[in-house]
Amino acid sequence: MRYLTDRKRAQGMGSGRQGTHHHWQMIVTSTLLVVLVPLFVITFGLGLGGTYEEVLAYFGRPIPALITGLSLTVGIIHLLSEVQAAIEDYVHGVAGKLTYIAAAAFAYTLIAAALYALVKLAL
Amino acid sequence: MADVNRGNRPLSPHLQIYRPQMTSMSSIMVRMTGIALFLLAFFVVWWLLAASTSEAAFVPIDWLMRSFIGDLVLFGGTWALWYHMLGRLRHVIWDFGYCLDLETAIKLGQLMFILATALALLTIVIV
Repeated sequence: MRYLTDRKRAQGMGSGRQGTHHHWQMIVTSTLLVVLVPLFVITFGLGLGGTYEEVLAYFGRPIPALITGLSLTVGIIHLLSEVQAAIEDYVHGVAGKLTYIAAAAFAYTLIAAALYALVKLAL
Repeated sequence: MADVNRGNRPLSPHLQIYRPQMTSMSSIMVRMTGIALFLLAFFVVWWLLAASTSEAAFVPIDWLMRSFIGDLVLFGGTWALWYHMLGRLRHVIWDFGYCLDLETAIKLGQLMFILATALALLTIVIV
């Protein structure tokens, strides 16, 4: 028998070397999505389909802008974890590390672009 | 002492060995919808960024999103979004220690496909 705590045994393990952090993060964002997905689907669905002026006016309002910004931020971070788990499973070595970093770059760029667009639409 | 085989051994999901089952297929679909949505988010953000830039930037991407192919992709994306949400909710339920028996897991898998389709169709009706 080894005198190790459960935490010590899990720390730094897993293919992402992050112990249980990734798993716990997935539980958190997955739960948030249950609230955000219905809000986003309705909000974005109503926003899409108008003229240019209607779209500007719609996303200039606080509630659609906040729901869109929040959903895209949390959603893209969640999907990044999802994609990175897939990369850990199927792409290995340097290629795996580079793909992992590229996925993060893609995700964070999308979030920044989305928030920038929403701020510009609101002002 | 026997050599420990560290490099050349089968890796985790033995897709080519297992027969497709509701439990595995519904789980694989969660990952596939996740990856698809990650890529689809690009078009949503492009559309928003174009709207915030100018009418000239907005018109082509808005046309693409509302074209027949755009509608088809967006409907698929909506289904994927609902499915992924339900699939991840199932994982949360499992992680909290509920519904872990095989029979319930299979029923939940079937329910995910049915509910995602119903919610996607409902989305078309509402918006």
